[in-house]
Amino acid sequence: MSTTTTEPAAPGAPDAPTPAPVRGPGKESRFGDSGAVLNVFSHGFLAVWAIMVVLPLVWIVLSSFKTDAQIGGSAWAWPHHWSLSVFHRAWDKGIGSFLLHTVIVMVFSVTLTMLLGSMAAYVLARYEFRGNRFLYYLFVAGAMFPVYLALVPLFFMVKNLGMLNTYQGLILVYVAYSLPFTVFFMHSFFRTLPTAVHEAAMIDGCSHTRAFFQVMLPMARAGLLSVGIFNVLGQWNQYILPLTLMQKQSGTDHDHSVLTQGLMNLALQQGYAGDMPALFAGMTIAMIPVLVVYLSFQRQVQAGLTAGTLK
Amino acid sequence: MRNSKYPFIVGFLIVPVGLYALLVLWPYIQTFGYSFTNWSGESQKFDIIGFKNYTTLFSDDVFRKALWHNVLLLIFLPVITILLALFFAFLLNVGGRGGTGGVTGVRGSAFYRVVFFFPQVLSVAILAVLFEAVYRSDSAGLLNGVLVKLGLEDKNNPIEWLNDPNLVLWCILAILVWSGVGFYLVLFSAAMQSIPKDIYEAALLDGAGRGQTFFKVTMPLLWDSIQTAWVYLAIAAMDAFALVSSLTPGVAYGGGPDYHSEVLSTYLMRNFLYSGKSGYACAMGVVILFLTLILSIVTLRVTRRERIEF
Repeated sequence: MSTTTTEPAAPGAPDAPTPAPVRGPGKESRFGDSGAVLNVFSHGFLAVWAIMVVLPLVWIVLSSFKTDAQIGGSAWAWPHHWSLSVFHRAWDKGIGSFLLHTVIVMVFSVTLTMLLGSMAAYVLARYEFRGNRFLYYLFVAGAMFPVYLALVPLFFMVKNLGMLNTYQGLILVYVAYSLPFTVFFMHSFFRTLPTAVHEAAMIDGCSHTRAFFQVMLPMARAGLLSVGIFNVLGQWNQYILPLTLMQKQSGTDHDHSVLTQGLMNLALQQGYAGDMPALFAGMTIAMIPVLVVYLSFQRQVQAGLTAGTLK
Repeated sequence: MRNSKYPFIVGFLIVPVGLYALLVLWPYIQTFGYSFTNWSGESQKFDIIGFKNYTTLFSDDVFRKALWHNVLLLIFLPVITILLALFFAFLLNVGGRGGTGGVTGVRGSAFYRVVFFFPQVLSVAILAVLFEAVYRSDSAGLLNGVLVKLGLEDKNNPIEWLNDPNLVLWCILAILVWSGVGFYLVLFSAAMQSIPKDIYEAALLDGAGRGQTFFKVTMPLLWDSIQTAWVYLAIAAMDAFALVSSLTPGVAYGGGPDYHSEVLSTYLMRNFLYSGKSGYACAMGVVILFLTLILSIVTLRVTRRERIEF
């Protein structure tokens, strides 16, 4: 394979400044065909799907600038006045506070998930003791079943703890339901780390706890980042849990709705029927943070989401 | 040092295991227990009625309908999503003009990847509101608007996507596919890129074409990822709660028109929270639990192949 020393690094490696492949006449194709037909064909299909993904999203953003009459009229109506007041209206209807609630919950739930998940995963991955395998499978089994199967008793459990419609209740539930995947992922990650560093630390008289926090955890940074992003997206998207656990318990109870739930309630409410643009504006506001996070971390997000499923 | 191992193990495990047992395992076990009662869900009073809930379940028409819809989703969601994702991943990674290496992706593959993946990070609530607008039953809906514009549909007689008993389930399926393809595309792409190039070059030297390379080299090496994708998608197909409950017509948690989009999760929730039949809902939960379990084991068994190390 000596003729291919100039080939680009990896096929389709994202962001790699792909040097224009040498396409001399003789080198044109090593497959039977030149690939030109396939290339047009590929771009065709990919572009169609890309439009199918982008069109509805752009359409929603545009719709927030339309009037009610336009939204009810034709899908192709073009907004006339580009006023930002609609975003203000949406914010006032609660989008702002929904965002705040979501952030409060997630700061704690994601941190706790990562801490507890990696502690359990570390012990299960690195220490031999009776019941080790049993505990591990117990955790992994939890990832297999849909959440709604446990919903009935869970509701009463949280109720008995007096934690319905409280942040701490939702945080604990989020943590508990994120543990299976976190443990599963971090377990395999800790297994791949070299043992030598850990042994050296132990010989130097480091305690087990300190070895974990100061040696192993920093070494597992990449894994933590991946599974952390996975948990952020997963908890951000939760719908059925907050819907059940975060309903107002009495008239005077504070509204602690998180974003998904709040948005859905707004969509279902009669009051919003008269103000579709505000609903679309609310959606736009809700999409922007995800879009920003996603675009700035897209490689980690993609790596994080897929790494868990690769060996 | 040996002696200090166990306090450490217990100290590290007690909080996570405790939390997990209390909020995840115990509720699942309770679901099992309540399934033998006629508990209404409002008070803590109930009688034990044995297997009556289970026998009722098997003669419950709505349950059977819901089960059938889940089976349809279980078949079509993984098949369509995986095929589309594999197809796009193939185009992105191997579909480009033949370069020196012979196998290159199309230009702008990074761009496509970012765009395709985006729906995956959107919250399901956003998806629901978004598709409510897309599937609107007059020509103000995006889908009807596009079809009218293309002349495929009469403006005065638009399709009522979510109110049509024959279409509603497929509309839901389309959303699931739409939002899922990007994820599996990235998954398969990552797996494809981890395949060493020399394998392709060896195949090329032996005179394999593109199609042959894909089916004889890429596919077998991707088998692990496809299997994982299948299990993930199967779990997603068993759920579908948020979309069905918010998009489809029907009293409490959708499922309409006339149960044509009913799935197990919505029927369970309606029994539990709306109809005051929590014990019955729990029995349904247990049946679903076993179905999921059997399904996962069967999937993993049937699709097991000898692992190819590279």
